[in-house]
Order: sequence, then structure tokens, then C-alpha cells
Amino acid sequence: MSDLTDLTIEEAHALLQRGEVSSVELTQAHLERIEAVDGLIRSYLTVTAGQALDQARAADARRAEGEDTPLLGVPLSYKDVLCTRGVQTTCGSRILEGYRPPYTATAIEKLEALGAVMLGKTNMDEFAMGSSTENSAYVVTRNPWDTERVPGGSSGGSAASVAARLAVASLGTDTGGSIRQPASLCGVVGLKPSYGRVSRYGLVAFASSLDQIGPLTRSVTDAALMLNAIAGHDPRDSTSMNVEVPDYTAALRADMQGLRVGVPREYFIEGMQPAVEAAVRAAIDQLAELGAEIREVSLPHTDAALPVYYLVAPAEASANLARFDGVRYGPRVVAGSMWETYRQTRGQGFGPEVKRRIMLGTYALSAGYYDAYYLKAQKVRTLIKQDFEQAFEQVDLIACPVSPTTAFRIGERIDDPLQMYLSDVLTLAVNLAGICGISIPCGFDENDLPIGLQLIGPAFGEEQVLRAAYAYEQSTDWHTRVPAL
Amino acid sequence: MTLSIEEVEHIAELAKLALTDEEKARYREQLSAILDYFNRLQAIDTDDIPPTATVLPLHTVLRDDVPHPGISREELLANTEHKENGMFRVEAILDESP
Amino acid sequence: MIEYEPVIGLEVHAELLTRSKMFCSCAVVDSTEAEPNRYVCPVCTAQPGVLPVINRQAVEYAMMVGLALNCTINEFNQFARKSYFYPDLPKGYQISQYEHPLASNGWLEIEVGDSTRRIGIRRAHLEEDTGKLFHVGDHSLVDLNRAGVPLLEIVSEPDMRSVEEVEAYARKLRAILVYLGVNHGDMSKGVLRFEANISIRPRGSEELNTRTEIKNLNSIRSLVRATRYEIQRQIEVVESGGQVVQQTMGFDEDTGRTQAQRGKEQAHDYRYFPEPDLPPLHISREWVAEIGERLPELPDARRERFIQEFGLSLQDAVVLVADKAVADYYEAALAAGGDPKIVANWVTGELFRLMNTAGLEIGGIRVAPEALVELIALVEAGKINNNTAKEVLEIMFETGRGAEEIVEERGLAQISDSSALEVLVERVIAENPQQVQKYLGGKEGLLGWFVGQVMRETKGQANAQMVNEMFRKRLEALREG
Repeated sequence: MSDLTDLTIEEAHALLQRGEVSSVELTQAHLERIEAVDGLIRSYLTVTAGQALDQARAADARRAEGEDTPLLGVPLSYKDVLCTRGVQTTCGSRILEGYRPPYTATAIEKLEALGAVMLGKTNMDEFAMGSSTENSAYVVTRNPWDTERVPGGSSGGSAASVAARLAVASLGTDTGGSIRQPASLCGVVGLKPSYGRVSRYGLVAFASSLDQIGPLTRSVTDAALMLNAIAGHDPRDSTSMNVEVPDYTAALRADMQGLRVGVPREYFIEGMQPAVEAAVRAAIDQLAELGAEIREVSLPHTDAALPVYYLVAPAEASANLARFDGVRYGPRVVAGSMWETYRQTRGQGFGPEVKRRIMLGTYALSAGYYDAYYLKAQKVRTLIKQDFEQAFEQVDLIACPVSPTTAFRIGERIDDPLQMYLSDVLTLAVNLAGICGISIPCGFDENDLPIGLQLIGPAFGEEQVLRAAYAYEQSTDWHTRVPAL
Repeated sequence: MTLSIEEVEHIAELAKLALTDEEKARYREQLSAILDYFNRLQAIDTDDIPPTATVLPLHTVLRDDVPHPGISREELLANTEHKENGMFRVEAILDESP
Repeated sequence: MIEYEPVIGLEVHAELLTRSKMFCSCAVVDSTEAEPNRYVCPVCTAQPGVLPVINRQAVEYAMMVGLALNCTINEFNQFARKSYFYPDLPKGYQISQYEHPLASNGWLEIEVGDSTRRIGIRRAHLEEDTGKLFHVGDHSLVDLNRAGVPLLEIVSEPDMRSVEEVEAYARKLRAILVYLGVNHGDMSKGVLRFEANISIRPRGSEELNTRTEIKNLNSIRSLVRATRYEIQRQIEVVESGGQVVQQTMGFDEDTGRTQAQRGKEQAHDYRYFPEPDLPPLHISREWVAEIGERLPELPDARRERFIQEFGLSLQDAVVLVADKAVADYYEAALAAGGDPKIVANWVTGELFRLMNTAGLEIGGIRVAPEALVELIALVEAGKINNNTAKEVLEIMFETGRGAEEIVEERGLAQISDSSALEVLVERVIAENPQQVQKYLGGKEGLLGWFVGQVMRETKGQANAQMVNEMFRKRLEALREG
């Protein structure tokens, strides 16, 4: 029997279906590997062993009754920014230490209804603000390919847990690249669905108009299976679209005949690591081999995406994080008077990056500055969105890099916030436009560090993105390589 | 552009964040550099461009007026030790302005 | 000597009588009576990760108010976040409307004395209420039952020029809200809150000077007293050479004075921005028309109908429609067979007097409309006279018993037996020859005195009209004789 922690969802389902393995065995195998390996990787903040085995038993019982769906009994990990009833949810922050939500996020509820098993909650940059997971107030997660390096962020724990085979798949979140970039740095598949495709109810908000929940998986098929499970309208989320959820696996085909792929010149930026550029260009050539028509496109306002993002997102975040005052939940630093208690609770409970962004956002919205900063940024955002709309009149997909570099060393960028922000430059615009994007493995650099290819599709165009990703994946073996752990 | 320390203190107060002097100095530098970088936005012509209210073609999302039970008081108060008589307890407000 | 005139605008916050909250499905309850923190959910307690969803009924109620106030119902609506910290505001921001309110540019007609005036309504917008903070010694306690209840904020133009106008506006606006069924008007429960913005200027001037804001007024009476005091205070400040300082003030019920609330001089920077969790709200013209068709009869229309249909005077009609419950009571009495003018007199006269003395609203009295009509019928039938009827009403008011029953039991039936009365009339005449002489000598006014003697003898139960007629005849007969 193959190693029980070396399976995709598809493969696990097949074994469960044939009765060759039980969910309890599958879950147990993962819990054991977490014990053995996660002391080094530190992808999990909370491991819910007891609950996981209970869920696994329940799944096995359902299967015995004749139920059989792809996620039934499959053990998953969830980024700690997603609320799980009764289970600690910290968002990587001390200000939520010990917090147990009284409800569960819709996306997780849907997975649980399908019988999926929760192994635990994964580490992340505090409140999803960061690109390396170094901003976690708890631990620094290590990249399974090189433990001196970052896994990327903010869904670093999720990406690492999948890459290190400590979960079959994971749910992460993406506000400016936080699924795609860590997926790229960890050599796994990461999908950011279109804004409104997946309910945000239960996702602790960072930037309300940009956040989306999405899967990190070992294969494109798995990403499609996860998207099938979590997508759909939610009456509790006024920004979720009432659009039918197709069977995303039906879109997967081994070729790219008839697909037009745009390559944006602005995305091959100066300072990009040569190996990254080479791998991505080779991947694009491969797409052509598979039958795609490659064209050059232009996204003229690409340069503006960074300042727009770093004004809009912190502005929304500054309000979203105002509820963290220690009054109703989270540790409170009592300091004499009520206002001083507020200041100390927040001042001590939030880490430096979060405080920096709250200040930036507060400034951008403050009297006298709103027009020049926030409003201006929202107008330029419209231009960025229009860039994509115009491009998608010419092509069905856009292909480009995910990150200008492969995984950098822990500690390398943490002292220069602006430098850290630049890691996101190739992923931000997708969130600003509300469209979908996937990162899939497309090679390795000279240090054996993974490189990701980004495929971007129009709003609710996940089918063609998944199709192209699948075709590419099946024509290479990048996705079969695993870190030597 | 450079923010003054007073401006940094003002923003920190709006956001109710206690900062050490060292933090104030550091944020002053970092925020100034970031805002400087953002000034490149001013060069982009947005005269007739509407701000993105929402990326979605959605509007008028409404809910029927039907009450449902929520969570129990016990569940609500479970995440804090600062409670009294079924309510959250906070320190005296005193005379500072909010 | 410069004469000053006050320039006053009112801001009203009205809780809307929906069944569930503005942005979540928790029940809306009387938060002054409910056990704390029993009507809460993740959304209204601002747990991490929650999202708001707009209550359709709240939007419709707001549209009804906008239409009743002659406003334009704006097609494009956007909610906004208004940020500030306070323990009763769980999210650290309130979802409100800023640049794109639901209704704007309307007016409200008020009656002061004989004249009517239009007070401009600048805007009305939807928002959510906060929870409640209770000060307990050296700390405070937070109850979130009220957090998230739908609120309609109605802002007038600074068009009011007197305390009387302020009172008329407040009462009229409250009446409209009650008539629409969107608020029950009980200010002591905090469901309706008034804030006054007051400044003064020399009469004839057009400028707008520094104003003060008076908050936390929990009754119309307080609003009136506070306004009156503040106007005078500002005049005194200016006349003594000082300047009015912009500040937020409270009102001390005991001393009757307004006073500055410390620590609130700084204007808040609310950092408004469009609420990203709520797509814009488009209110179609069809929807507005549909709501318009469903509007119930409003005070002004009811007043007109009372004048036209029932022949009441403007004054009586205005008084009767001011409180919807009174108007409903009145019409119920008419439905039970009462005569419009007579019932109007009894309601606005004796009934109101009893209610005022007892401090009761008409909803709390023990005299049903049918019972009042029964009493009036006894008077019309001559069974009791007016004075007796007033006494009987008082007993009915206290005991809740019926008129017939009371009259029967206490033998209060009017004496209309002419032979019995004749005996009394004769006796009074016989026993008072001097008064008879004075009357015959020209003092016709003494007729009342004669009648009074019989009334006294009969403890007020004699049929006064009959006695009056009898005396006239007998005395005239004596003149001839």
C-alpha cells in the first residue's frame, strides 16, 4: 500500500471507495506524520486530533451506509483565519489567543457536511497581512523544500502542510496573492476563485472587497474537487454571487485546443530571478505545444496595482480590525481607564505589520486625505479592472509568473516592509479586479526551490483556468516531485 | 513626504493603538516612505473614472424580516472573563475624549 | 436693544418596528425589559468573520417615512462605515449611510396657533443602533440586545424659529411615525430620540452662527425645556459680550439647565467610506410607487377627513388626530353610535382632563369607547344631567364599570318627575319672598339662583332645564298675578 500521506484527494477517494483504507487509518497516518514532522515545519497552530478521529469514524460510518463522495473521510487542514466552532481560531495573532468562535465558516461547514475531516488550523501571517508567514505572532513556518526559507504567505501554513504531506489538501485565503504565492513557493497548486464565488461568511476579514477562500492542493483535479465543494451562493454573505456551480472536474481536458493565452509584457519585471523567468517562459511554450494560441497583451496599469492595493486593503482592514478591543473576546490588557485599556490591548495584541497597515489605512481614510488616497486608489482600481476586461476580449487566459523570486530566506525581507510588499506585485491586480487565478508548479531553480506558473481567468472563468492548468500539469511531472522530508 | 510625530500620534489615537516612542519613530519613517511611493498614483488621470464600488454586478441584496434565534448568552460570554450579571464588563470611561 | 431669534434644527433617531434587526436575524425586543444579551448572534456581536445582510422591511419602513415626509426617495443608495470606538459599538464602526441616503429634500407641515409652516427635512437615512452601556460605580456593563436594531435618522433643516415650533415638529413627527406603524412613539423606552441643534442670530439676519447640540433628551417635555433654556443661555452669553462655543450638551432634568458634556469638544473624524460588505441598494420607481400606494392615512389627511366628514372645527380635529390612539378611540366611539361633536367634546374635555390628572395615555384607561357612548346616551335621554355625567365618568375612569350600573347603584338618575320638582319649586319660592321680589323687580339673573337652590336640595340630580322652565313660569305667573 502506498504511503497514506502521499495521496491526492482523488487517490484517497479511490482507496476509500475500494475499502482498501478507512478514513480513520488515513487520518491517523496524517496525525502521526504531523507529530513526526511538524516540529520542524511548524505548519499547524492547532491540531484537532480527537475531533479529527471522531469525524473520521463518522465518515467511515456514512460510507458504510452507502454514501460515496470525493471528500468523504478525507483529512484536510484549514488556515487559522477561518472560524471553526469551538476550536481555537487565532488568525496568527495574540489578540485572538484562546478565542473559540461560536460558529463555523460556511466554506468549512460545506466541507464538513460532505464528511471531510479537519486535522487542524494552520499558521499564517497575522490577519493575513504578509507574504512570508514571518508575521505570525506564534511561530515561523518553514518551507518544506528548504527549512531555512519561508513558505510564502499569508497562507504559508496551509501551503507547507500540503507540500509536506501533513494534510491531503488545505483551505487558504487570498487577498493579494496569499494562496497563489505560497503555493508557488511550496510547489503545490493554489487557486484563488473569483470574488463572490465562495462565501466569505466566517472568513475573518482583512480586506472585504478583496478576500477570497480557496484550495491548496497537490493536483489541479483536487483543486477542482475542492472548488465544487465550497463554491456557491450564501444568503449570509451579501457579496456572494448567485451563480450556478458547475462540476469543475468536467472542464478538465488534456489539451488546450482553441484557447487563446495572453502574455502580459508588464509582468516580466526587472529584477525577476532569471530561473523564474526561464521556467515560466518555458511553461508558456509548453502551452503552445498543447494547442494554445499565444499572444502578447498589455495590462498598462500594472504598476499602479501595488499602491492601489496598499491603500484600499489597509483602509478596509483598519475598520475590520476595529472590533479587536478585548471587550468581548481575546486577551485584554487592563490599564486603569477604559480608553487606555483599548490602547494597550490593541497596541500589545497586534504585531508590527498589522499596526503599520492599520495606521496606513486610518491615514488614507482620515479627514483631508480621503480624496487623495482612498478615493483616488478606488478610481485607479477601476482602470486596473478595465485592463483585464479589455485583455479578455482578446484572450481567454493570461499566463505569467506568480512571484518574482523563489522562496527567500527567513529574515531576509522582514525589516523592509516596502521590499516585502514588492513580492506581491504579480498577484495583487487579480484581487483588485475580482477575477480568478491559479498557481501551478512549473519547475525548480538551481537550489531545487519550486517555481509557479500563474494562469489568470476572467470573473467566473474558473473552468477555463482549471482546464489549462490541468492540461499543462498532465504534460509535465513537476507536480509529482515532493520535498525530501 | 514626511509625516510628523504628531501626525503619527494622531493616527495612532484614532486607531486606539498604544505605541512606544521607538515604534512612533519607526512608523513615522516607514509610513512616510510608503506614502511617498503611493504619490505616483497622482500622476494617473482619473477624471472621468468612477471609483470601484464593488467588483460584482450585484445590487439590492435583501433579507426577509424573519427573526431566528442566535447564540446563547453563555456562548457569547464564553470568550472573556470580564463579565458581570450577564453583561460584558469594561473599565470606567473617565473624562478622556473617545 | 437687539432682538434675537433662535435657529433650530432637530435630529431624530427612530427605531423601526421590524421583527428582526437591521443586518441580522436576531429578534427586535424591548431592550428596557429583556434579559441582557439574550437576543444576540455572531453578526450583531461583531464576532470575527461575520457579514451584514440588509433587512428588506427596514428599507420599506424607511421609504414609508420618506414618502410621508414628502421626500425624494433616492434611487441609488449606499451604506457606509462610520468609525469610532465605544464599548456599545461592537464592530468599532456603525453601518450607516453617508453620501447616498435613502430619502432627501422633504418637508413637514406644523400647526402653531392659527398658522401652519413647513419645516424642511434635509434627509433620512438608515443605520443600526448601538448596544447599551450601564454605569455601575467604577465600571460599566455592556448589553448588546439593542445592537443592530434598525434606526432611521431624520435630519431637519434649521428652519425652526421658536420653542413652540420645535414642540409642534416633534409631536407631528412622532405622530406620523406612529400612524405609519413604524415606531410606537414611547420616548421613555428610548425608541425615539431627539437632538436639538440650536444657535441664535439677530432678527432679520440670514447668517448661521455657532450652534450647540443638545443630546440625551428622553421626552418632548425635556426637549421643550432644554430648548427654551439654551436659547436664553445663548442670548445671555452674547449680550454679555461673549461668544457661543460649539459644544455638545446634556440636559439636567432636576435643574432644568443644559450643560456642556466634558471631553466631547473634539469633532469626531468618522472616516466614512462605502461599506464593502454591502452592494449598493437600488430603489426602483416601481417599488416607491407600490409603497406609496400602501401608505396608511396620515395625521393631516385624517384631520381633513374629521373636518369634512364629521364637521369638526380645525382646532378639535387637530387635537384628536395628534395621537393616533386617541383618533382611533374617537372613531371607535362614533362607530358605537356616538355623535361626532358631542363625543369630540367629551374626549377633548373631560376625558383628557382625567387622563392628565392620572398621567395616563388613552391606551391605559379603563373607559372603552363604547362605554363613553353609553354615558353620553344617558345624558341625551335626560336620565342624568351634564354635571352628574362628569361625576359618573370619573367613577367609570377609576373602576372600569359601566355608566348605567353606576347611575343605578348610586341612585344618580336625574329627577325629571315634574310633580316632584314642582313641589320643590313651590317650596323655594315660598321660602324666599325677598328673592322673588328682587326677581320681579327686574333682577332676572336671579333665575339661576332659584334653580341652584333646587339643585342643591336634590344634590345636583334635578333636571336643571325643567327646573329652570318651571321657575320661569311660576315667577312670571306671580308677576301677572
